[in-house]
Amino acid sequence: MWSSLKTLWTIFLHIFRRRETIQYPEQRPSIPPRWRGRIVLTRDPDGAERCVACYLCAAACPPDCISLQATEDEHGRRYPAFFRINFSRCIFCGYCEEACPTYAIQLTPDFEMGEYQRHNLVYEKEDLLINGPGKYPGYNFYRVAGLAIGGKGKGEAENEAPPTDPRSLMP
Amino acid sequence: MEVMRRVTIFVDGRPHSVLDDQNLLQACLSAGLDLPYFCWHPALGSVGACRQCAVKLFRDASDRRGRIVMACMTPAADSTRISIDDAEAREFRARVIEWLMINHPHDCPVCDEGGECHLQDMTVMTGHVRRRYRGLKRTFENQDLGPFINHEMNRCIQCYRCVRFYRDFAGDRDFDAFSLRNQVYFGRQQDGTLESEFSGNLVEVCPTGVFTDKSFKEHYTRKWDLQTAPSICVHCGLGCNTIPGERYGLLRRIRNRYNGEVNGYFLCDRGRYGYGFVNGAQRIRAPLLRRELGGPAAPVERQEALARIAAWMADGARVVAIGSPRASLEANFALRALVGPAHFYGGMSAAESRLTALIAQILQRGPAPAASLQEAAEADAVLVLGEDVTNSAPMLALSLRQAVRRQPMAAARGIPPWDDHAMRQVTQGQRGPLFLATLAATRLEDVARETLRAAPADIARLGFAVAHALDADAPSADVDAPAHALAGRIAAALLAAGQPLVVAGMSCGSEDMIRAAADVAWALRRAGRPARLAFVVPECDSLGAALMTDRNPGLPQDGADLLLVMENDLYRRADTDTVDSLLGSARHVVLIDHTAHATAAAADAVLPAATFAEATGTLVNNEGRAQRYFRVFAAAGDVQESWRWIHDIAAAAGRTRDAPWTRLDDVTAACATAIPPLRRIVEAAPGAAFRIAGQKIPREPPRYSGRTAMHAQVDVDEPKPPDDPDTPLAFSMEGYAGRPPSPLIPYFWSPGWNSVQAVNKFQEEIAGPLAGGDPGVRLMAPSSGTAPPAYFREVPPAFARRDGHWLAVPLHHIFGSDELSTRSPPVASLAAQPYAALNPDDAAELGLNGGDLLHVQLRGISHRLPLRFEPALPKGLLGLPAGMDGLAGIPLPDWVRVAKAEAP
Ligand code: SF4
Ligand code: SF4
Ligand code: SF4
Ligand code: SF4
Ligand code: FES
Repeated sequence: MWSSLKTLWTIFLHIFRRRETIQYPEQRPSIPPRWRGRIVLTRDPDGAERCVACYLCAAACPPDCISLQATEDEHGRRYPAFFRINFSRCIFCGYCEEACPTYAIQLTPDFEMGEYQRHNLVYEKEDLLINGPGKYPGYNFYRVAGLAIGGKGKGEAENEAPPTDPRSLMP
Repeated sequence: MEVMRRVTIFVDGRPHSVLDDQNLLQACLSAGLDLPYFCWHPALGSVGACRQCAVKLFRDASDRRGRIVMACMTPAADSTRISIDDAEAREFRARVIEWLMINHPHDCPVCDEGGECHLQDMTVMTGHVRRRYRGLKRTFENQDLGPFINHEMNRCIQCYRCVRFYRDFAGDRDFDAFSLRNQVYFGRQQDGTLESEFSGNLVEVCPTGVFTDKSFKEHYTRKWDLQTAPSICVHCGLGCNTIPGERYGLLRRIRNRYNGEVNGYFLCDRGRYGYGFVNGAQRIRAPLLRRELGGPAAPVERQEALARIAAWMADGARVVAIGSPRASLEANFALRALVGPAHFYGGMSAAESRLTALIAQILQRGPAPAASLQEAAEADAVLVLGEDVTNSAPMLALSLRQAVRRQPMAAARGIPPWDDHAMRQVTQGQRGPLFLATLAATRLEDVARETLRAAPADIARLGFAVAHALDADAPSADVDAPAHALAGRIAAALLAAGQPLVVAGMSCGSEDMIRAAADVAWALRRAGRPARLAFVVPECDSLGAALMTDRNPGLPQDGADLLLVMENDLYRRADTDTVDSLLGSARHVVLIDHTAHATAAAADAVLPAATFAEATGTLVNNEGRAQRYFRVFAAAGDVQESWRWIHDIAAAAGRTRDAPWTRLDDVTAACATAIPPLRRIVEAAPGAAFRIAGQKIPREPPRYSGRTAMHAQVDVDEPKPPDDPDTPLAFSMEGYAGRPPSPLIPYFWSPGWNSVQAVNKFQEEIAGPLAGGDPGVRLMAPSSGTAPPAYFREVPPAFARRDGHWLAVPLHHIFGSDELSTRSPPVASLAAQPYAALNPDDAAELGLNGGDLLHVQLRGISHRLPLRFEPALPKGLLGLPAGMDGLAGIPLPDWVRVAKAEAP
């Protein structure tokens, strides 16, 4: 009895509080940029796909809802042949983003992903890839890595000396 | 050899009982302790190059200061006191790894070693987490090393393991360390395919991602994403243990599976890269049926195919079946049971049947037992009769390269065998006795003491002469003076040895050679020496098929009403005319196989069989060791094990009782009961009911990813994982997480040890047997006490040239002679092309020049083959590549005529 009255009183006090409920969807909520919503694959500053198909996001994913296959272009640049996220399993934990060594995979503030058919929640690379670098504008993995790709030979990455000549005996 | 003792060492104050023939690093690892290392390798020994395995060594219990030593360079003497945990030692190791990482590229995400990288593991183990160096990184250009190995030199940490394996262990010369100081470069003098037949091992030997598997790169997957199972190589008769890995229904790679008695830490390149046929375009994936005579065979529903085959079998139809030495014992047994032993043929040519039966008889009879690959490596005097082992049984060649080091190593007193650099300094390339008698030049000649190249009959005669020199009771061969002298030297060397070994086999198609080898071994046994025999057989179940087909050698004479062929291309067993008439004489031909070939094209119905990667079964290798291989993944569609097809055929024909089995264990048990020499095959591995803590053993590592996404594009509801009623392994990441018994280990992994070197955690002693004993059971273990039987006395007459005729002999090729591996693209790209080889003098006699085309008359059929000069080939012989399509079925040696062909 006493507890019910106390509850009623508490609720009554809420009348004088600031209103939190908004008239969604007419009114849009403001979502912080670090919100963990719909996952995207970003591009590096040169506009090329950032994902190098390292499989780390897939390994980190607790419900195992990321699957991909690595492939290479003719110059040795590695990228995913396919990249699939089953959002009907995703728990939006953000572990994939945390695991990603290239800033390719990022969670965005978009949460409006409702679907009537579960299979519509299966996103392929075409659905995931966006046109910009997302939250991390400057980073370009292949400029840092030692692997040669088209347009970047050995010794041309950041902090690299030119390739040595194994035939030279000069000190 | 000195006897090993157990001694006690103290590590951080705790006593550990270890073997005293080890170094401290090995001892610590054997005791289950973690100590980082790079340059030491259990098979290559220590050189103390990387300084990573530093520990504190104390003089005695009262010594508090101690000094830093390299564990890998310090013997594990009794009462040694060391500390791994000592602050100074830890600091030392952390600095070493920091130096090693100074130039290391930021490559892990795109490095194929990532996730199974020893450098990653050791970096984590030492706690080096932050880069302090801000200067420029040294870089290298890479080389194109051929279709097997990818080169990425930037990742090198200069541990020298690769050169030590390639040059010192495998004995090849086209790879080395170049340049100096922090620019040391590991590669070839210039771009080009690595010449070693064992180059693939660089992938596992190199602790970093400098050398990675190029075929794997085509469909790259991390180790943690591969579904794996214990398996056996199917590309020669040695039965090396492998770990194939699958993802998304594609077989992705083959890795070594350690077996202390068989292949140890290594594989040959045929075994490592021959897996492509499993994914190949020539795979048979659906039942095929020829609806009208002469029409094409078209895919049909399995029920229709089975009903048709059942109809062909109905009403007293005469059914004859041909099994295969490349199929499992279970498949062969089921087929034999379906048609009855009287109508079952083992699937070998007449010559193969004779030779395998002879080998089985010699090994079963004793007293000279078969040598395992490990025993062959421990032999200290070796005679090879007729085998080019590098090409016919590649890993045996690697064993023989170690065998020649035994005598000099034993003579180097006071130097422990693991002290590799010191040992090589002292032995200075000296070699123990290895005698090669072969048809032509071989790749082992650089380590042979003496080499004879001769015709098959003369090689056999040399063998008999050696036996006679050892024991005057053995038949005399009356060889010429040089051969007599050579035989004397061989006999003396074998007699002086502690562990003599005689190698022979089926490659030359000569029974005389096998008999001569047995006589030599028996003569040595009579003289009280523990001689062993290593016989080379061509296929993964050659001996198993020999033990099963006691009744019908060779192929049947006629095809009866229904000819059932299983996992066999008959055109590789006999010449085209014979096979054509055999197939033509059968009213109906049914083939059960996984890969399309000439016999498949002639069959009226074809049923899709599982390859080794999709099936479970038992194989018997060249030393009579029964080993179980396990399904790596569940094949899609109608593909299933041959014995299941046989059961289905029996059921469709209303004869279920002839092949009643629905579970593998029942077939294996029935086979063991019905065929006495195979009695022990059930012990090869635990049966399907085996559980640990009530659980199955998962084929997928705990970190396996993508479970809920990999099928989502087809069906968003995850399918149930396939059942496996045949084995204690599960197609799942769930199950028993501990260490399974040795025949059931699907992958080597241990916390903190993601690389291949996790095998350390599965061995009783480092480089010793796997915990619980190495897998496999030897079916032919004669008691060495039995008296040697009477000698074989039929000495063949010496080889004599015939006017206008040449004796065609088979020359084997690691890439090209094996049916299945040749369908793998990287192997195919290196495969030998058809040729006819002649001694240049013979060619000159015929007026032939290099590049000419020859007509070779073989069994009435003329083959056009390009001429190849083979200066080492004795005159009067014509070398033909063994096992090549179109030539494989012709029994060799055989006399042929040769004529120059006009260019087309
Ligand atoms: S972790 Fe990043 S780079 Fe690696 S596969 Fe995932 S998205 Fe691609
Ligand atoms: S070798 Fe190992 S540490 Fe180096 S880049 Fe490759 S995975 Fe990373
Ligand atoms: S290439 Fe590999 S094995 Fe060779 S020295 Fe470098 S790190 Fe060691
Ligand atoms: S030696 Fe034979 S069994 Fe061993 S890996 Fe090579 S082909 Fe396979
Ligand atoms: S492992 Fe001991 S110095 Fe390299």
